[in-house]
Amino acid sequence: MQDPIRIVLAKIGFDGHDRGLKVVARLLRDAGFEVIYLGLRQTTDAVVAVAEQEDADAIGLSIHNGGHLTLAPRMVAAVAERELGVPVIVGGIVPDRDIQALLDAGVAAVLGPGTSGADVVAVVRSTVAPE
Amino acid sequence: MSLRSLTVDELLDQASKGDRRAIGRLLTLVERGGEAADQVAKLTHPDAGQAHVVGITGAPGAGKSTLTGRLAAGLAAAGHRVAVVAIDPSSPLNGGAILGDRIRMDEPIQTTEGADPSNVFIRSMATRGQSGGLAVAVPGAVRLFDALGFDPVIVETVGVGQIEVDITAATDTTVVVVTPGWGDAVQANKAGLLEVADIFVVNKAERPGASDARRDLELMLDLGGHPAWRPPILMTTAVDNVGIDDVSAAISTHLGHLRESGEIEARRAVRARSEVATRLHAILLARVDETMATPEGQQVLADLNDGVVAPVEAAHRLSNDV
Repeated sequence: MQDPIRIVLAKIGFDGHDRGLKVVARLLRDAGFEVIYLGLRQTTDAVVAVAEQEDADAIGLSIHNGGHLTLAPRMVAAVAERELGVPVIVGGIVPDRDIQALLDAGVAAVLGPGTSGADVVAVVRSTVAPE
Repeated sequence: MSLRSLTVDELLDQASKGDRRAIGRLLTLVERGGEAADQVAKLTHPDAGQAHVVGITGAPGAGKSTLTGRLAAGLAAAGHRVAVVAIDPSSPLNGGAILGDRIRMDEPIQTTEGADPSNVFIRSMATRGQSGGLAVAVPGAVRLFDALGFDPVIVETVGVGQIEVDITAATDTTVVVVTPGWGDAVQANKAGLLEVADIFVVNKAERPGASDARRDLELMLDLGGHPAWRPPILMTTAVDNVGIDDVSAAISTHLGHLRESGEIEARRAVRARSEVATRLHAILLARVDETMATPEGQQVLADLNDGVVAPVEAAHRLSNDV
């Protein structure tokens, strides 16, 4: 049997809107994922440290404070620096015009407002390379 | 460099040099089970047996994770390398899980003065179908941490009810966490979880009813005669870091008691036996499935469906082939 996909979900820094992240955690749980839920006020270093210990297959960030162009590339860089080799997926409020910039910075996928539950699951699954 | 291409030997070599990614990877192999997990078990066995293995158990929401985080932070500040295995339930419907224990642990460890976060390793684990409060991979994970020099190794169970006592067979010291209002004197004397406690913690002790909870536990213990070790009852408010040092001290006192009384060997023998039994059960279960799939097994099942034999006869006819 295949291992369940393990994903770390977090919000970075000063951003108190965690409702969306909780909804995503539940969606992924119901799709058979093991969700390591970190919630609010994390740092990129803390998330990387957790991903190492948990041998996570992916990292999901929820960003609602407009900091996505700063925080997401920082997360990607932290993952690269520790050679974790896991995809970083960004959800939350990201204007359409910023999506390409995030993808260019190495973000694996951007899940904006209105993404269906089925799409969340399918996109996360598709970013995780089969072992 | 991808760790996924490394052999178990190479991973263990990296892990013993402190590579946390390699430790994380090895734990995944242990959780997956099968050949690689068996190899990890064999290779880590000779170096294991040094660590004090501590179980933290109690009802959902009692404060097990917060207490565990505080304990780990305090122990790290005192110079220990601490490992934590934190277990949460898998869905019986789809296998998914929300592993939300470490959300209570990372912050105390990051903010406690003198606690180096790199001396604490926390792994969240889903039960993946196991009942009893633990995950199948717990003994293997404990052995890996033990062999890598982590001491103590703390195992936090899922939130349990009255009879999930597997933790006692997996650890040296069992800490049972209750909260004010958890039950009365009758509850306290019911068989099950409370019987296996080595240490009681009344957490959320700032709330009304804490002294009642303490009294009911004391009375329950009074009725138990005079055992060599009477479980202490400690009051904590883990979220505010109140009473944690007492718990830490009691855990280490209990270890002293286990060593002096020789009970540690007895407990570890039970642990080893229980792991062998679990593995034997798994092997037998696989053989049962194999036997049912043989032509003979199929014939017996056909006879059963035709009403020629009863289930009990069918089982007897096949039992010698298992």
